[in-house]
Amino acid sequence: MRGGRVESLQFLLIIFFSPLLQGFIKKIKALSQGRVGPGILQPYYDLIRLFKKDMVISETASWIFHAAPFVTFVSVLAASVITPVFSLQGGIFKAGDIIAIIYTLALGRFFMALAGLDAGTGFGGEGSSREATLAIIVEPVLIMAIFTAAIAGGSTSLSILSRSANIFRSPAHVLAFAAFYVALIAETGRVPVDNPDTHLELTMIHEGMVLEYSGPYLALMEWAHFMKQMLLFTIALDLFFPFGMQGGSTALGLAPAPGIYLIKVFIMGVAVALTESTRAKMRFFQLPSLLGGAFVLALLSVITLIMLGG
Amino acid sequence: MEFPFYTAAICAFGAGITGFPFAPKKLSGYLYFVYALGSALFGAAALQTVYSGVQTSLSFSLSGVLDIAFRTGGLSAFFALVLSILGFAVSVYSAGYMRHEDNASFQGVFYGLFLMSIYAVFYAGNMPAFLVSWETMSLVSYFLVVSDSRNDDSRKAGLTYATMTHIGTAFIIAAFMIAYAGTGTMDFEKLRVLISTKPVSLRWAIFVPALTGFGIKAGIVPLHIWLPKAHPAAPSNVSALMSGVMIKTGIYGIVLFSIYILGGAVASWGVVLLVLGAVSSVLGVLYALMEHDMKRLLAYHSVENIGIILLGVGASIIFQSYGLFTLAGLALAAALYHTLNHAVFKGLLFMGAGSVLHGTHTKNIEEMGGLLKRMPWTGLFFLVGSISICALPPTNGFVSEWLTYQSLVLGSTAPAVYAKVLMLLAGTALALTGALAADCFIKAFGISFLGMPRSAEASGAKESSRSMLAGMAVLAACCLALGIFPNFVLATMGRLEVGSLPYARAALSGNWMLSVQNGFSTLSPIGILAIMLSGLLALLVFIKGLGRREVSYGDSWDCGIRRLTPRMQYTATAFTKPLRQIFKRIYLPTKEVKIIYRLRPFFAENITYNSGITPFFEKYGYGPAVSTVHKAALRIRKLQSGSLHLYLGYILLTLLVLLFAWG
Repeated sequence: MRGGRVESLQFLLIIFFSPLLQGFIKKIKALSQGRVGPGILQPYYDLIRLFKKDMVISETASWIFHAAPFVTFVSVLAASVITPVFSLQGGIFKAGDIIAIIYTLALGRFFMALAGLDAGTGFGGEGSSREATLAIIVEPVLIMAIFTAAIAGGSTSLSILSRSANIFRSPAHVLAFAAFYVALIAETGRVPVDNPDTHLELTMIHEGMVLEYSGPYLALMEWAHFMKQMLLFTIALDLFFPFGMQGGSTALGLAPAPGIYLIKVFIMGVAVALTESTRAKMRFFQLPSLLGGAFVLALLSVITLIMLGG
Repeated sequence: MEFPFYTAAICAFGAGITGFPFAPKKLSGYLYFVYALGSALFGAAALQTVYSGVQTSLSFSLSGVLDIAFRTGGLSAFFALVLSILGFAVSVYSAGYMRHEDNASFQGVFYGLFLMSIYAVFYAGNMPAFLVSWETMSLVSYFLVVSDSRNDDSRKAGLTYATMTHIGTAFIIAAFMIAYAGTGTMDFEKLRVLISTKPVSLRWAIFVPALTGFGIKAGIVPLHIWLPKAHPAAPSNVSALMSGVMIKTGIYGIVLFSIYILGGAVASWGVVLLVLGAVSSVLGVLYALMEHDMKRLLAYHSVENIGIILLGVGASIIFQSYGLFTLAGLALAAALYHTLNHAVFKGLLFMGAGSVLHGTHTKNIEEMGGLLKRMPWTGLFFLVGSISICALPPTNGFVSEWLTYQSLVLGSTAPAVYAKVLMLLAGTALALTGALAADCFIKAFGISFLGMPRSAEASGAKESSRSMLAGMAVLAACCLALGIFPNFVLATMGRLEVGSLPYARAALSGNWMLSVQNGFSTLSPIGILAIMLSGLLALLVFIKGLGRREVSYGDSWDCGIRRLTPRMQYTATAFTKPLRQIFKRIYLPTKEVKIIYRLRPFFAENITYNSGITPFFEKYGYGPAVSTVHKAALRIRKLQSGSLHLYLGYILLTLLVLLFAWG
């Protein structure tokens, strides 16, 4: 447990590198589409610019509108704190398992969706309605994929799970990862589920909910969104690719672990960027069949695991 | 030793019930505080029973067989404790809520009787006592449901309720009679000892009618249809009790019979309960999403939560049948914890709905909006209740659903493959239910409390009286306390000698941390809360450090049309439209568009749009059944022709038949 305290601060990596990951994904996307694209540090500039700005707030809005950016940010932050990033050491992970992480994130989503309804506009309501609907079809997939990893690893605590789980261990993990990947695309609001670059009212989900926000509040909402993306990548890595983590399957020293983690995250970023570039956005009502397919994969993975005597 | 509390509690209720008819109208509201005192005393007595481990019993000998016995055993004490918490808060709330009712003394008397009868159901120690209490509870609540007797809907709701509840009672009586015929005793404790030597077939014969009878009271799908009718019709304080505790008498009965009395070691019972639980939870919340009447919405959510409770009970029975007693204890603890939690947050939400009803005179959330600014405290408490029912940390709903998840994931350690798969599927159903519930309460809170007021009533809404707010505040505090300090609740539960709960004692008695199955997983709600609070503090310091930003207030973004009207807002119907589309196989949505043209097809004068869903169970299950009974009744009525000669003929015929049969 030496250095357990220092390792409790791993989440700082998510806080400070998440805008970079966003910029990186955008850059890869741009390159794969034959554009130059904005600089990789652009999200940082955006956040700084927004933090400097004044705010305009709707007269219709209540205190929920003021509270939502804080609750959303803090819920993602709390979920990041209890997620092992590159080291599995640290007592703080005992505060919550993967189910607690998912539900803590849901608290943030709940408030964000309420904020969407608070200003009394059609766009906000539309965004909230779609976000909540999306959560309904994503959550069972996510939980089912997590069940596979949890049963194979003999725990729902990520720090214990990552010690034993490995994608190469059984075919069940491959199926579960495929399902989890689809859920991850949906949760991070990427094509083919949502288009992060659009401001076209009829297609947006996340952008619709935060439409009324400006200045520092918008910065918090966006930052939380970046962090949530990186956090979900981290969870996927913990569940399915835990190699190179300190205390993981291959015991390495503490020093290279953050580096290995960042390399893994950015590889995943490339995958997501390429997925996004090669797909067209789906109609909202086609999403149930996409996620339904993912659910079947997750179900198969659980059954495979049980049949193989997991 | 615990007699003083019980005696004092009963005296308080007696004083309340007898006091109401004589109290002057102005003072009658204060009598509810006497009920609150009585509930608190009952709660103290139940706690003492749990912690001292001493059972008290009380019996009246009527004749040889039909003795009436009451007993304060472990399970009874726990459910009585649940009732006490809710009874206390709802009674405080009622003092303000019932002030403006015209039939205040009638309501007051029946309210007291209702609370007492639920206590009696929980404490009943043998069959006659149970049935008398059960029927009293059903009848008293019937009168409370129809108390607004000028309203046609509420009379119809009362009829549905009375019919369903009596069918339920018939099944319970059948179960009791089979048990008596098989063992020769009416006492629950003796029955428990005697039944263990009897064959499994007898236990099945008792279990099936008992599950049906108690299932109707609990509102398990497809026996749930009375719930969304009766709960909205009753005054809100009574709905809070009905939804919070009365339907829990069904859960009490199921746990009492399947686990406590019958031993609960038949795996297929667990399977039945697990499937019923999964179906009830998903369908309950799906129907809730389509309701825009706030109280009906809440009533459907009770169906959902009963389903979640049954998931725990079912898992417990499956584990028990395979000899996994620690896990069985964990699953049962999850179920009982959720029972307590549901009572608390559903009571809170119904009181919130009642408060909104007082403020706006409508239950239709499409006519609300912007209430958070007009009723800030009601809004805050309703929000706490909403977060709890969606099982989001750091509230109580999260802890009990987390425990349920744990027991279902640990289903993978059961030896049989079907059990593993079934429990994991149940876990997925729970995930789906959780997300659906979140959607439903974003709608319920967002449409009614946020945005612009959609009607004149909503814009003129006034905050409720202080005692109503106090009642809600008590339960809102409970929602948080039960979510942050689960160890105290679980330690109390570990003392109950019910099913496998004692086996789970070690696992459930950590400090500040729940540790399941030797660290299979851990959860520290207070830890998560501490992380959140310190994160919030850091964030506030950061924002403060940025320096002051100018904040200006203006209109919402209106795309340049100048002034959005309330009618342009998203409605509850629009909000749930995607779900009507996605789950159309379940909802069977109907749509009716009528257009009146001035000049076809270009100039429409009037467009009427009707959208709804098909109530599947009512239309294809209960509807045909009722009409069959009705037709049969019409045929039989022909026997009653009114002619004396025909009646004499009947008598002759009967005599002849009897002669030939026995001759």
